[in-house]
Amino acid sequence: MNEKLTKHFAPGHSSCAGCGFPAVVRTILGEATTPIVVTNATGCLEVTSTIYPYSAWKVPYIHSAFENAAATISGVERAYKALYKKGKIKDKIKFVVFGGDGGTYDIGLQSLSGALERGHDFLYICYDNGGYMNTGNQRSSATPYGAATETTPAGKESFGKMETRKNLMEIVNAHRIAYLAQANVAYLADLKNKAKKALATEGPSFLNVFSPCQNNWKFPTSQYVNVAKLASETNFWPLYEISAIGGSAYGGEKRKYKITYEPGAPKPVSEFLKTQGRFKHLFSEKNKPVIDRIQKMVNEEFARIVSLTGE
Amino acid sequence: MFKKDKTKLALTGGAAAALALKQIEPDVMPVYPITPQTPIIETYAKFCADGEAKTEMIEVESEHSAMSAAVGASAAGARTVTATSSQGLALMNEILYIASGMRLPIMMLVSARALSAPLNIHGDHSDVMGARDAGWIQIFCENTQEVYDKTIIGMKLAEAAKLPVMVIMDGFNTSHSVENLEVLDEKIVKKFLGEYRPEKHLLDVENPVTFGALALQNVYFEFKIDQEEAMWKAAKEYARIAEEYGKISGRKCGIFEKYKTKDAEKILILAGSTAGTAKDAVDDLRKKGEKTGLLKIELFRPFPYEKMAEALKNAKEIIVMDRALSSGSNAPLYSEIISSLYQIQDTKYKIQSVVYGLGGRDVFKKQIEDVVMGKIKSNYLT
Repeated sequence: MNEKLTKHFAPGHSSCAGCGFPAVVRTILGEATTPIVVTNATGCLEVTSTIYPYSAWKVPYIHSAFENAAATISGVERAYKALYKKGKIKDKIKFVVFGGDGGTYDIGLQSLSGALERGHDFLYICYDNGGYMNTGNQRSSATPYGAATETTPAGKESFGKMETRKNLMEIVNAHRIAYLAQANVAYLADLKNKAKKALATEGPSFLNVFSPCQNNWKFPTSQYVNVAKLASETNFWPLYEISAIGGSAYGGEKRKYKITYEPGAPKPVSEFLKTQGRFKHLFSEKNKPVIDRIQKMVNEEFARIVSLTGE
Repeated sequence: MFKKDKTKLALTGGAAAALALKQIEPDVMPVYPITPQTPIIETYAKFCADGEAKTEMIEVESEHSAMSAAVGASAAGARTVTATSSQGLALMNEILYIASGMRLPIMMLVSARALSAPLNIHGDHSDVMGARDAGWIQIFCENTQEVYDKTIIGMKLAEAAKLPVMVIMDGFNTSHSVENLEVLDEKIVKKFLGEYRPEKHLLDVENPVTFGALALQNVYFEFKIDQEEAMWKAAKEYARIAEEYGKISGRKCGIFEKYKTKDAEKILILAGSTAGTAKDAVDDLRKKGEKTGLLKIELFRPFPYEKMAEALKNAKEIIVMDRALSSGSNAPLYSEIISSLYQIQDTKYKIQSVVYGLGGRDVFKKQIEDVVMGKIKSNYLT
């Protein structure tokens, strides 16, 4: 692989064929203009990149536990401040966290909230694959409505997950940080732009990146880009950013929403759903209303974001 | 509050700990409030606010995050401390093992307190005994003087042993009681500790390292053996550092304290603030002709089994007083003493387990004397 691409994250890690997160990691870290220190929550990325005695990380890296990546980076970042003030460290260093949706939406939400509120200088990236994929596909609060997982299987009395996804973007936005964005591994140029802005932000910034899991979403490994693309082409996963107006370092009450990709005439959400085995049961006659509800939710959420852009 | 020209002060255990911390002046201190630990972090926050200490305090949102931030800071090469009690220590439990497994020299003050339920904010050793297998060195303090001394010793020990250290005071009995103590000049403390220079750390961007890797069946066991060997070696490090500290302070800290045990037929064993009361009881009993002594536990992890066996070899009767239970098993300290005695096979002992002081229940000198005189047969000194 080319040197620039593998500057921070080496080939030879053991993630599944057709997994998007190596591209997420490389694209984001590729935008760094300073040295980087990475913290990782327990999850697929961690277990596939650090099997002792090997490590795919060519930057300093720490994994501690599942729910504490944001608290861990808080300690690293303040250690940096303390040692920088004492003149023991001269370089400007940027701190970056990677966590899955389980480690971010669910078990790590408190630690993330605390770190955002304290205003540490770090970028938190959630690679969202809609469930606990490392433990074999259990439901998380990021699992889409209607998706079958091992803990929300479809059956006679169930159409899969019966609850809607948690809106993590709005939870993070409520901390009034200076920059946050939703991105998608299939749109690398857009991800690149957002990573650049996030890394240039003083204080906390956040990226929620759509990252399909071919193994548990049940689609062919060759299709991850297509599946991910359809998520945004159907407005299932809108690409947008929220920033503080006025350039306040730690955000502010005035928020600017900007949609960074508009599909024009969006495809029906069923186009996205039908590519994956986890939604297969929705295409029965009985579950037709579920797809209608998903379409309604997608339309409403997109309209809400559009209204917030002021357009 | 603290006059610089005076070395003799009257302070609570919490304030003595905060003063020792100020003289150490750690780089990072993640903190979260919990009674009866809070006076330590409040006192320290004021030192920082007044510019008397330059430490990055992180006011985290839980003890779990306090220990997690401590792990991050220590892995980043910062001298790192924190403090907790009770539920807070229990909440940290998961990350305690990560701190020790990563061999991070974090020093934590624990104001030991009962665990819920039922809720009780007062002193006992349930919290620290619950953490006794977490791979942390554990040092008990009797009084404010020992809190001050062992905070300094504990910091140096952590860095020498590359293991985290808990310095334990009894909640309220020590943390909130004012006692006289002698303190050192800050320069002497700083010189004693020296500068912290970790071999590897996260902020060395030229030499990137991976902390917290995944170790599978082929290597996990070896990591754990290495850690265990480091723990056993830490007993010697502790003795060495305590002796070195004795030279600058004139005060003796040891693996345990032997109070009138030389010719004692009956030996009381306990840890923490009740040692003061027990010493008075020993004096009284001796006046009545009872050859009694006290063995005060200082280093609890690693546990000094051989030295303990040696110290007990001439006793006829041993009374082990625990301020915690180990549900469904022998009380924790009692268990360790039984294990120690197993090393001396040719002696028969009369040995009694007494659990006292749970949830802050007071224990009086007369009660201890009654236990020694065989007047209390129960395993619970209520």
